[in-house]
Amino acid sequence: MNLDINVTETDKGHVAFISGEVDVYTASKLKETLNPLAEKPNSDLVVDLSDVNYIDSTGLGIFIGVLKSTEKTNSTLKLKGLNERVKRLFEITGLNEVIDIEVDEREEA
Amino acid sequence: MTHTSDVIEMKVPAKPEYVGVVRLTVSGVANRLGYSYDDIEDIKIAVAEACTNVVNHAYEENQTQDDMHLSFSVFEDRLELIVADHGGTIDINKLKKERGPVSRDLAIQELKEGGLGLFLIETLMDKVEIRGESGVMIIMTKFLQGDEVEPHAPGISEEVPKQQ
Repeated sequence: MNLDINVTETDKGHVAFISGEVDVYTASKLKETLNPLAEKPNSDLVVDLSDVNYIDSTGLGIFIGVLKSTEKTNSTLKLKGLNERVKRLFEITGLNEVIDIEVDEREEA
Repeated sequence: MTHTSDVIEMKVPAKPEYVGVVRLTVSGVANRLGYSYDDIEDIKIAVAEACTNVVNHAYEENQTQDDMHLSFSVFEDRLELIVADHGGTIDINKLKKERGPVSRDLAIQELKEGGLGLFLIETLMDKVEIRGESGVMIIMTKFLQGDEVEPHAPGISEEVPKQQ
C-alpha cells in the first residue's frame, strides 16, 4: 500500500507521475507534493495517473484543491493516463466536467 | 429465502494506515463470492469511503476508544457490509445534505473538497442505510447480480439466479 510520486520539470511547469494507491493514508503525501507545484504562477501542472490503480474521494478532493490553487495562480492542471476505473470515478462525481482530463490516444484512433 | 452463512468481523484502529488493510480484506471476501472485477472495485471503494469517514470524523483527538468495527455478512445473493464507530452522535441530515456530485455550475473556488464519500457509497452500492445513535453505522448491500435488482423495490425477488 504505497504511493510513489516522481516529479520532472518541463518548459512551462511540471509533470508528476503518480504510482500506487491514493487513499486517506497516502493522500497527504500527494497533497504536499502537488500543492506547491500548483501554487507556482503561470505554470502547467500535468499529473500522470497511468500507474494509479485505486483512488477514492480523498484523492478526488485533493485534485479539487489543486485545481483551486492553479486557478488562483493563473496556472493549469491536466490529468492524463487514467485507467477505466479511475476515469469512471471522475465521471460519476462530475469532476471530469471541471478538471481537464487528457483523452487516451488509443481511444482517439 | 436467503439465510446468512458466514460473518467476518474485524475491529481495527481508526487510523488511515488501516483503511487499506480493510480494503484488501473485503476484496478477498468479495472475490471468494464471485463478484465481477468492477463490482469488487466498487465494494472496495464504498467500504474505504465509510472507513475514511470514521478516520476523519468519528473521534476527537483525546478520545481513547478509537476503533472502527467492520462486519461483512455473506449471503447467497448478496454481501452486507457494516462499518461502525462509537464516535458520538452526528447530524445525519446535515451529512446527507452536503453530499453530492460536483456541480459544473459552481465557480471553481466554490467547489468543496469533501462530501463526495457518501455520494460514492450510495452510487456504488445497491442499498445503503445510515444509523446514528451512539455513533455512526453505515450498512451497505451489494447484490451478486446488481443489475437485476431494482434498488427501490419493496422486497427482493425470491428468484435468485443460480451461480455458474
